Amino acid sequence: MVPTLLGRIQTRLFLLATVGPVVTLLLVPVLPGVPAGTPLGDVLTTALVVLASVAVLGIGWELLYHLLMQFRWEKDWPSLFGLLNLLNEGVLLFVLLKAGLVPGIPATPSAAAFWTHFTAVWLAVWLAANGPMRVPFIRWRFRGGRLI
Amino acid sequence: MVAASGIPVVDVPFVTVGGGIGSFVTVDYLRVYGVPTSQIRVLTNLDHPWQTYEYLTRCSQIPRTERIRSDSSSRPDNLWGFPSYALEEAWKDRSLKHLFNIATEPVFNDYWTPRAGTVFDNLEREAKRIDYFSMVAKGNVRMVRKRADGGYFTILTPPPGATPTRRVAFRSRFVHLAVGYPGLKFLPDLQEFRERHQDYHHVVNAYEPHEHVYEFLKTQPGAVMVRGGGIVASRILQRLMDDREKYGLQTQIVHAFRTFVTGSHGPHLWSRRRGGDGWAYQGFNYPKSVWGGQLKAEMRKLEGAERAAKYKQMGGTNTPRRRRWQSQMKKGRQEGWYHNMQGVVDRVEPGPNGRLVSHLRSEDGRRQSFLSDFIIDCTGLEADISEHRVLEDLLRHSGAQRNPVNRLEVERHFEVRGTASGDGALYASGTATLGGYFPGVDTFLGLQIAAQEIADDLARRGFCGRLGPIRSTSQWLRWARNKAV
Repeated sequence: MVPTLLGRIQTRLFLLATVGPVVTLLLVPVLPGVPAGTPLGDVLTTALVVLASVAVLGIGWELLYHLLMQFRWEKDWPSLFGLLNLLNEGVLLFVLLKAGLVPGIPATPSAAAFWTHFTAVWLAVWLAANGPMRVPFIRWRFRGGRLI
Repeated sequence: MVAASGIPVVDVPFVTVGGGIGSFVTVDYLRVYGVPTSQIRVLTNLDHPWQTYEYLTRCSQIPRTERIRSDSSSRPDNLWGFPSYALEEAWKDRSLKHLFNIATEPVFNDYWTPRAGTVFDNLEREAKRIDYFSMVAKGNVRMVRKRADGGYFTILTPPPGATPTRRVAFRSRFVHLAVGYPGLKFLPDLQEFRERHQDYHHVVNAYEPHEHVYEFLKTQPGAVMVRGGGIVASRILQRLMDDREKYGLQTQIVHAFRTFVTGSHGPHLWSRRRGGDGWAYQGFNYPKSVWGGQLKAEMRKLEGAERAAKYKQMGGTNTPRRRRWQSQMKKGRQEGWYHNMQGVVDRVEPGPNGRLVSHLRSEDGRRQSFLSDFIIDCTGLEADISEHRVLEDLLRHSGAQRNPVNRLEVERHFEVRGTASGDGALYASGTATLGGYFPGVDTFLGLQIAAQEIADDLARRGFCGRLGPIRSTSQWLRWARNKAV
């Protein structure tokens, strides 16, 4: 899929709202780096806030990616870029979490818990966007990633 | 009137004319949308949909084992584009290298592209799955005309002896035209040479069979002039250079570009294409975003002169910057057997010992003459649409118009503008419609985009159901298990 700005944002929000929670629910009970005795509900809340933060910050990121994409003749965003963007987005979000700037979390997650969760969700979303999305939504890839 | 003239009439709601890959993907969409085979007829003189494509790719040096210039997820046999060809080849070859390639392109690798054989094998599988061949009526289509009562008559001349009458008329509500390239276009000086000297041996078009050129070069050292700066020129050069290496030949190659690109080019910082050594570099026929991204969205809104200007801006002959080709050409330049240059050939004349003399004029005014054994014209398949009799008839009698780049004007949903007839509609896709609201028409994915627009329009008109997420998924599962639609 070669995105348009609106398509990027819609695809991100849709996949984070569908694939994101599924991966999160599967991972929460087995996340590493969670202090013993932490209620599962707190871990889940933190993970869902992280997911929501990826969505909210992501709108800003997508604006930046869209701007950078303008320097490409093809006006495309290769799959590799989509994969590597996990680094810049992950680092920024982790810094914000550590600085206590993300509201609504019971406790700041450890690096192990954060990166395990973040990477797993990112990979799942990236894989879904690079193929399976096209199965139910046959018009999606021809509309720059727009669903509506 | 048609019946009175003794021509038998066949009633069928949807007729597609052409029977190449354009017809195939349109029929494939309709079958997946739920249209039964009894509602569709494919009028064609081809034995199978990939026949012309395979002929042209083979002539231009892409046999089944070689890779075509097409994206991994542009699959004419699979409207979902998933799994991509790369996934399939990875599975079949039990190798991760295809997946690594696709994950790291185009930065660390060339674009991954499928083998021609992979494409043809899958088309055959899908043709059988959708029962394609039961819908085929063989013959040459003479014309498509509007009916007074709405809909169309399509007049077919079946092969001699196949039917009791010389012509058969298909009466349908909908017609789809995917007739492909009207023909090969030759450079004027080469055409003149061929006609004047009746020499079709030494001056060849890359899309014609020309194996004799390579065979000759194996028997004695020779020189070849290659003309053109697109993908076909790249392929021909690769064959000449591969043979040179493989058989230790002494072939000299003179390569003339009419437009010689020396570096990145384009009107501004946000619109610059890479280039060098004569070539303009681009992964595929168009910038990738024409098939779904920004360019597709922009072009959809443009009319007339603005649209033509946008086409011009992103157009121009180009070829992919493949690492293998780069190293071959570099070696050739260093060793002095590959000479690339800018120039327009004013005329070609017979030279000594059956050779050819090309008189070349460069932009800086320099004039040079080159002696070669053969000239290979790699400038393409760009004849005017009026050279196709069905299109010509449509322009003349049925209200069809030309678009800003002089081809067939189609709406955003690929209905040919001006040809509506009652509750019927006439659609066209493929190269005849280049210049419309969607630019990548003459490509696998472009044909599928057109097919989707057409199928959705037919759904709006009540001819078939619309393909929503649930039916789409269930149909994909059938595709994956190779079950009939």
